[in-house]
Amino acid sequence: MAPAPSSTSSAITLNINGEKHHLPIDHRTTLLDALRERLDLTGTKKGCDQGQCGACTVLVDQRRVVSCLSLAVAAEGREITTIEGVAEGDELHPVQQAFLDLDGYQCGYCTPGQICSAIAVIEEHAAGWPSAVTDDPAPEAGPPPLTPEEIRERMSGNLCRCGAYVSIVQAVARAAGEHTAEGSAAGKHGAEEAAA
Amino acid sequence: MTTTTPGPSALRGAVGTARTRIEGREKVTGAARYAGEIPFADLAHGWLVLSTVTRGRILDVETDPVLAMPGVLTVLHHGNAPRLHTDYVGMLGTPPDPTCAVFQNDRVPFAGWPVALVVAETPEEAREAAEALVVTYDSEPHDTALHPDHPGAYAAAGHMPAETEKGDLEEQLAASAFVVDAEYTTPEEQHSMMEPHAATARWEGGRLEVVDSNQGAGWVQGELATMFSLDASSVRVRSEHIGGGFGSKGLRAHQVSAVMAATALNRPVRVVLTRRQTFSLGGYRSPTIQRVRLGAAPDGRLLALEHRSLNQTSTVYEFVEPSAGVARVLYDADAHRTANHVVRLDVPSPTWMRAPGEAPGSFAIEAALDELAERGGIDPIELRLRNEPDVGPVSGLPFSSNNLAACFREGARRFGWADRDPRPGIRREGRWLLGTGTAAASFGAGAAPSTALVTAEADGSFTVRITAADIGTGARTALTLIAADALETAPEQVRVRIGDSDFGPAMIAGGSMGTRSWAWAVTAAAAELRERLAMTTSIPPEGITVRSDTTEALGALAQKERHSFGAQFAEAAVDTATGEIRVRRMLGVFAAGRIVNPLTARNQLVGGMTWGISMALHEEAVRDRNTGGHYAPDLAGYHVATHADTPAIEVDWVDDHDPDDPVGIKGVGEIGIVGAAAAVANAVWHATGVRHRNLPIRPDRVLAATVPEPAGGAADA
Amino acid sequence: MREFGYQRAHDVSGAVSLLAADPDARYLGGGTNLVDLMKTGVERPALLVDVRELPLDRIETTADGGLRIGATVTNSDLAVHSEVRRHYPALTQALLAGASGQLRNMATVGGNLLQRTRCGYFTDLSQPCNKRAPGTGCPAVAGEHHNHAVLGASDHCVAVHPSDMGVALTAFDAVVSYESADGPGEVPITDFYLPVGDTPHRETALPPGALITHVTLPAATVAAGSRYRKVRERASYAFAIGSVAAALAIEDGRVREARLALGAVASRPWRARAAEAVLTGAPADGATFAAAADAELAAARPLPHNGYKVTLMRNLVVSVLTELAGEDAR
Repeated sequence: MAPAPSSTSSAITLNINGEKHHLPIDHRTTLLDALRERLDLTGTKKGCDQGQCGACTVLVDQRRVVSCLSLAVAAEGREITTIEGVAEGDELHPVQQAFLDLDGYQCGYCTPGQICSAIAVIEEHAAGWPSAVTDDPAPEAGPPPLTPEEIRERMSGNLCRCGAYVSIVQAVARAAGEHTAEGSAAGKHGAEEAAA
Repeated sequence: MTTTTPGPSALRGAVGTARTRIEGREKVTGAARYAGEIPFADLAHGWLVLSTVTRGRILDVETDPVLAMPGVLTVLHHGNAPRLHTDYVGMLGTPPDPTCAVFQNDRVPFAGWPVALVVAETPEEAREAAEALVVTYDSEPHDTALHPDHPGAYAAAGHMPAETEKGDLEEQLAASAFVVDAEYTTPEEQHSMMEPHAATARWEGGRLEVVDSNQGAGWVQGELATMFSLDASSVRVRSEHIGGGFGSKGLRAHQVSAVMAATALNRPVRVVLTRRQTFSLGGYRSPTIQRVRLGAAPDGRLLALEHRSLNQTSTVYEFVEPSAGVARVLYDADAHRTANHVVRLDVPSPTWMRAPGEAPGSFAIEAALDELAERGGIDPIELRLRNEPDVGPVSGLPFSSNNLAACFREGARRFGWADRDPRPGIRREGRWLLGTGTAAASFGAGAAPSTALVTAEADGSFTVRITAADIGTGARTALTLIAADALETAPEQVRVRIGDSDFGPAMIAGGSMGTRSWAWAVTAAAAELRERLAMTTSIPPEGITVRSDTTEALGALAQKERHSFGAQFAEAAVDTATGEIRVRRMLGVFAAGRIVNPLTARNQLVGGMTWGISMALHEEAVRDRNTGGHYAPDLAGYHVATHADTPAIEVDWVDDHDPDDPVGIKGVGEIGIVGAAAAVANAVWHATGVRHRNLPIRPDRVLAATVPEPAGGAADA
Repeated sequence: MREFGYQRAHDVSGAVSLLAADPDARYLGGGTNLVDLMKTGVERPALLVDVRELPLDRIETTADGGLRIGATVTNSDLAVHSEVRRHYPALTQALLAGASGQLRNMATVGGNLLQRTRCGYFTDLSQPCNKRAPGTGCPAVAGEHHNHAVLGASDHCVAVHPSDMGVALTAFDAVVSYESADGPGEVPITDFYLPVGDTPHRETALPPGALITHVTLPAATVAAGSRYRKVRERASYAFAIGSVAAALAIEDGRVREARLALGAVASRPWRARAAEAVLTGAPADGATFAAAADAELAAARPLPHNGYKVTLMRNLVVSVLTELAGEDAR
């Protein structure tokens, strides 16, 4: 792809959920708007359009990013996964299933972003990435346990105004296969045990 | 101690069992389409242009250069927009906010007022053209500062009497053994629902169709029909999935301007507010300045209670944030005076926001009660229990049920309140001082007339149609459970359709009244349908449909004080060296009537308490003190609680049965926030010994209140 | 947002020549700041030159044991790099304290250094701003300046630099390398940001059109025990109201070497040399730490509504240094 410098649009190919989409694109179009307005992939949400809420989170080359600050033209050649692409056919991704079972949402508008973010959080943690609340970030310390505090910090780029954080954290913990005091109580009785 | 009370219709017991959301799969897969996501052929995109002056007059809208830009279809403004009918009172008993009746004259009453709509083929073109549109103004001096002695303040009623008074306040204060007299303030707060307002309007077969994100499709339909002088039957509003509302999603500038543009262009037009635009166009909770005076006898019994609240409103619309109303329910006193005042400023119009009145009002009164408890050496819970009224303190009416005491007893037990050392500033853990606090909560349990259609289908299933809205409450699921019980069938046999004004008039999702109002209508229709079915041997292909209307039944309901109650508990950690505060845990125990779906109800109550943390510590929309416009109106400038700010929050409820209520549902949408900020603020006092009477309790406020330690002594590691 | 051209650069010289040819061109890295500013209208480039595929995405150990970090390394990759975590933990902590996981995956090292202030007047085109529109004035001085500068500001601009990463780099004497039309160059990070004076729109020492290519961290044994603490108005996903990157080497109860940089107090990450001078050679105790903080903050010129930052920074410096001293003693 090599448009003339004066051109303000390009014909691009986006690789989304394993499918190639060819489309002419105004360079101003963000990846978020390309998904929502051009490709009818409206599962990715626009909450602020400024990178301040996380509702538009998608995975690009397996990493979570905000699609509102990504230009579609710059996403060419990358592997994009949206909420529409995380399930295996009819079988929900474990993170999706946990959100459904544990009521990890209310209005649902931040949910696709939370889920995409959570999928990446679990991967990042498995890869040994520390977080801002990890006591000792040195590599020798090994990966920290994925405690509720760790999940909260790692998920903080995804706002939920309904205030469903408590059940979201439980859902992420369940999906991550962690059995913390809080996480294992999930689905039955809120955060009762952890509040003690 | 989770209990549910089977109501008269709960024969099969779907109500009271935890059910995942009916639309849950759609929401976790991204398949659920919200208002801005439904495709239309030939769709055009509108972008609002807002005023950059705070008060004045539009001199000129230079449309020509913009109309010449690529893709631009039209520019609507006061010079070419159709005239609207605005002299009416809408479904909720209020006239329309002129902010929504866009482009009717050249006046600019506040910064961020809609002055034009640019419509173009693509969102990118619309945005660029809207940015390029030059609007010139004649600017006038403005007044945007709310202060306690503002000469323009006046008593205002809103949805309740402006002022109530009994007894001689000064006399009782003088006779009191201990007294609190303090001013509390809360800032401008923004709803900040995750989905900004969005609507697509189009004409289809002679009907105006609006796909919108709102809290009441019938409500918005009625307003649009009246405003555009259309027959109500020729307007249809649909609102299937709603990305949060909290009071902000009624009639707004986006629907009205979309209808104007769709009419002018004769093609579908979508208008979506940007996050920044929601700050001035979406309504907000007014800042409040509240003065509370309390006086008590040596045993803690209140002799005097005064709660006065002042809020701001715009010059074009009166909205009362009735903060002083809380004490009309929660506390009696020999002398009892409450007053809600407003002042008109050159600011955007405020509106309902989650627990309007109760949220800021409970902060002031419940913080003042905590101060009174401290002065009197009485346990804060004991002080509240000693002042529980037998009847409505102002109305004199009996309570339908008042289980506040049970909430406190159960909450105190679970939170470990008995082990609390009442002395402030003595628990320390590393750099953190720890404290706990409590507060009471109450919120009205009302219902409004609604209609519902229930159909027995030929295949044995049932369809419920009602103009309800599910803004995240789980209404679709709750109504399914309620209908299943009322029809004596399994929830799987019931299909609930909502969010379409064609289903007939119904209450909005607001005032914690939605589920109660809709359940009433669904139950009534189901009961009648069962009677009809009992007399029928076969169901015709089109099914048998029964329509209910609860207007009469509601009118016959006895006049009582009907409220939910709750007890809030919080533990806070405060680093007085940096001003940081972390809420470590919260517990809320509520008496909120019948709980339809424990899974979603708990989530919603926790959500309200999360708002309480956010209100106590983070939220504050800032105005530039010179221009009067918003400073940094976005989600980086306006902080709401994140995951990391929200600890484990526990919620439960006590048995709360109301024998004369046919549905027994009280609503859980709002009571979760009531008292929550006060519980946090009271915990901060207990941690530090410093009272914070101005929200949010920002780090700078903690630092300002902390006496500097001597050089070299600040270390606490 | 006006229409613009887009070019993906494949080599540094090509990218630099594209910028040299067009004063309205901008480099596009992660886009987390630039694309936002384009949406608000602060930036209106005619051409974006996408530099993310340039071969500048590596972190290498230098001959002296320091690190040479490519400009397109993402904030995430830098934060989790084992050498950074081991030898410059404050840099890892600073990066992880910034923004969100999503934004850190996008943001690059070069872009982070060049991010613009989050002052609400700068991003509001209806307001004057000397940084955005030179000569129009600074409404923050008499307006909202709750989170504005207390050090090194002028009447022309009181905005603060928002970077966390930059504070740690400043404490560690990082050197910024760039390529310009006139060839390569480098500048110490402490000279990278220009004094505010009456030219707040001139922010860095980079020649026009220059591309940051690397950031080099000299070897510093003192950095291995370093720490970053950030205070903000909520627990995560917010810009700092004050932050500290610090390192102490203590011998026989005395400070042998000290590194201290402050964030969210000035138009640039603030190297606290006055404090370091007090610390060096002095007893590693609370009195010294307080005296060091006071020495640095003596130059503070708070505005009516941000005086709390002086108290905050004093307490934060003392707290972090005390923690470091406590660990060193163990």
